[in-house]
Amino acid sequence: MSISAPRGLASSGQKPITEILHPLSAAEEPLSPGPDVTVSGGRDKEVGLTNGTPVETPSPASASVLFNRLQLDDDLDSDGRDPYADTETHDLFVTVDDPKKHVSTMETYITYRVSTKTTRIEFDLPDYSVRRRYQDFDWLRTKLEDSQPTHLIPPLPEKFVMKGVVDRFSEEFVETRMKALDKFLKRVADHPVLSFNPHLNAFLSAKDLNKRQGLALLSKVGESVKNVAGGYKLRVRPPEFCAMGEYLDTFNQKLGTIDRIAQRILKEQSEYLTELREYGTVYASWAGSEEELQRPLEGVAGCVTTCCGALEDMSENMGQDFLPVLREYILYIESMKNVLRKRDQSQAEYEGRLEAAVLRKQEDRTPIPAEVEKCQDKMECFNADLKADWERWQSNKRQDFKQLLTGMADKNVTHYEKCQAAWESLITLLQDKQTEDKTRTSVMSLLEGRVFIQIFPGQTSSTPNASLFLSSSRQRGFAHEDKI
Amino acid sequence: MNTLVCLLQSRKMVEEGSTLMRRMEICVAEAEKRSGKNAVSMQETFTVYLIETRPMDAVAEGHNPAPDCLWRRYSEFELLRNYLIVTYPYIVVPPLPEKRAEFVWHKLSADNMDPDFVERRRVGLENFLLRVASHPVLCNDKILCYFLTEEHGWKEAVYETGFQAKADSRLRALSATFRVRNPDKCFMEMKHYSDELQSHTSQLLRARARVADRLYGVFKVHGNYGRVFSEWSAIEKEMGDGLQSAGHHMDAYAASIDDILEEEEHYADQLKEYLFYAEALRAVCRKHELTQFELEMASQDLISKKQQREELATGIVRTFSFKGMTNKLFGQEAPEQREARLKLLEDLIAEGEETVKEKTIERAEHVEKAWVDIQRFKEQKDKDLREALINYAVMQISMCKKGIQVWSNAKECFLKM
Repeated sequence: MSISAPRGLASSGQKPITEILHPLSAAEEPLSPGPDVTVSGGRDKEVGLTNGTPVETPSPASASVLFNRLQLDDDLDSDGRDPYADTETHDLFVTVDDPKKHVSTMETYITYRVSTKTTRIEFDLPDYSVRRRYQDFDWLRTKLEDSQPTHLIPPLPEKFVMKGVVDRFSEEFVETRMKALDKFLKRVADHPVLSFNPHLNAFLSAKDLNKRQGLALLSKVGESVKNVAGGYKLRVRPPEFCAMGEYLDTFNQKLGTIDRIAQRILKEQSEYLTELREYGTVYASWAGSEEELQRPLEGVAGCVTTCCGALEDMSENMGQDFLPVLREYILYIESMKNVLRKRDQSQAEYEGRLEAAVLRKQEDRTPIPAEVEKCQDKMECFNADLKADWERWQSNKRQDFKQLLTGMADKNVTHYEKCQAAWESLITLLQDKQTEDKTRTSVMSLLEGRVFIQIFPGQTSSTPNASLFLSSSRQRGFAHEDKI
Repeated sequence: MNTLVCLLQSRKMVEEGSTLMRRMEICVAEAEKRSGKNAVSMQETFTVYLIETRPMDAVAEGHNPAPDCLWRRYSEFELLRNYLIVTYPYIVVPPLPEKRAEFVWHKLSADNMDPDFVERRRVGLENFLLRVASHPVLCNDKILCYFLTEEHGWKEAVYETGFQAKADSRLRALSATFRVRNPDKCFMEMKHYSDELQSHTSQLLRARARVADRLYGVFKVHGNYGRVFSEWSAIEKEMGDGLQSAGHHMDAYAASIDDILEEEEHYADQLKEYLFYAEALRAVCRKHELTQFELEMASQDLISKKQQREELATGIVRTFSFKGMTNKLFGQEAPEQREARLKLLEDLIAEGEETVKEKTIERAEHVEKAWVDIQRFKEQKDKDLREALINYAVMQISMCKKGIQVWSNAKECFLKM
């Protein structure tokens, strides 16, 4: 997961793309060299960056160091460390919290506090704290998509909610949304390329986000990709991208199934909960007509109630933590498929132009125009970006799902532990009473002028015509409690 | 004084009562299907149960003689119980296991031939016999003894006791409930309690069945995780193994509910026993109403006859009577007729006084004996149900432990992803 120091986008400058080390692939080459990325061991000081950060080119020697570090990172991650903690770019930290409701004459909406801590020079101050609403996040994402079309942009939580069905201002909804926004921003801040995007800078630091002002710092690659002439059809998608597409399709399907299963479980659990509550009340009402059995029955009713509470907690957690993450990945997959399509377009354009140029060359020896080379650059750039992002995404996905599923297992274990504790304490209570009964000594109690004699093993006798027999038995019950 | 007598009597019963249980080891060992022609000559299939008995002292001394055994079907058990109810109306007679499966949750079948049902019924019948054989009063009954030892000829013996004639007609019992004036308060409270017990146990059984149904659904849906994790693992490289193994644990989790709920059926059976016991308790209370009512009727009858005699003797008519009217209309009767009528009345009054004496004794005896048995029943109930609740809690703990195990295993797999 670790990468080298961030570089700017490789621009189609003096050197052909094949000789420029891609910023993201630098550390990962020792692991999985792709077929169309050439490893270059030489230093490269000529690549200009949009932000002036010094370039660090890893030599083969340091590549193995990075490889080792990568291994270590994996181990540390499996210990439960924050998967987004990047050992190399620890210079931009963002948090989304503190939701607040704003009521104006026109509308009501929620804003969130976005806090930033950074040592980067691109930022004027080391700390920022601004308030943003969902619209602003949406704006940021759109800008990122537009300006970095070759990269995978993390998804936002769903924009639209059915007004009647979901309460947009409920604590639960706001909490879930906020967590997703936090995740989105963290992923962007962690991305070696996206985190340097000027729109992000503005989002994090500007007092007033004037969204209508277009910030004119789009890279050339971005511009040119946006202006892809339509009408080029892709013939063959390279195998690695095919594999990506297939993977995304299948994964999407599986996520959908898991989402459905999780929802079904929640539904079944809710119905089970309803019946369980009713079940508990039956024990309680039975206890009302019993004497000796009153406390045991009430004890059981109490245990059942505790189990109901534990189940409720678990269901709530699942709804809040589990389902949203699944949905988020489904959205992620959608946006990734879009990026794949754009990549296809870029390849199609290049191949189309190349074909045309080759034909013309054959006809009248016109040399292949520089334009064609530009297209090739664009395409190869796109491919490289996408591949690097893909690896990154896979790695994140693995961490996310490991965390998600482990969390689910934990919640179930906790639920059962709570229930077990409740039942165990009940048994202690019931068994204590049992041994107490066995060692009870004969007691004479004077009750309303009548004398009752108690004999082992708890047999009682009195005149059947004593109309107060039953009520005095109850009093006898209270006498036991005094002994406890 | 009354108290002391009760005390001594119950002690004696306890000592006597152990006799049958001490003498014999009883068990219902097996169940078998049979076919035969029934009362209307139609072919039917039914189940018979093997009752084995062994003398206890032989077992205690270490010998292992072959048990005596005979086969009985459910209807014979019913016959035995009906006999006991009529013959001992002051005893809360232990109930039989249910005739048809009720309170089933959807997975269990309501089929009487279902092997699980037959097995649980076998256990219930054994329980019935053990309860009866350890009852201080019932254990001495000869018919019970024959039931356990004489395969043939038992039915005839039962019918010969003429118990069916002694059975109270339902109509009489019902009218007694409505018309009795002074039933003992304690018995009335006990009757009310038996209603409560019945209502609560049946409510509980129904609620439990619904809970079982829902819980079954929750567990089984988790099985789907098993399948989808397996499919998902196919497209993953590093995550594949962890996912696949976790999937297996999900399958195991889904399968575990079957055993859990099967075990819970035992708990349900214990509740059902007391559901039916409630009815037996109510029967004893209603018998009291009947004896009280009959005493009241007999007393009332005696009073009115005495009144008639007074009227006849003194000639003063206090109440409206047909005789009075006819006297007025047709003139007084002749002195010989009056003498004859007086004599008749005196005889009737003597009879009536005997009846009242009898009824008083009957009522008093019933009250005395019934109260003793009701106390015994109460203690047995408290002890049994408390044990049942403890066992239920133990079952729940075991289920929780299994759940923790499975999810911990799954977590291990997820961590390896």
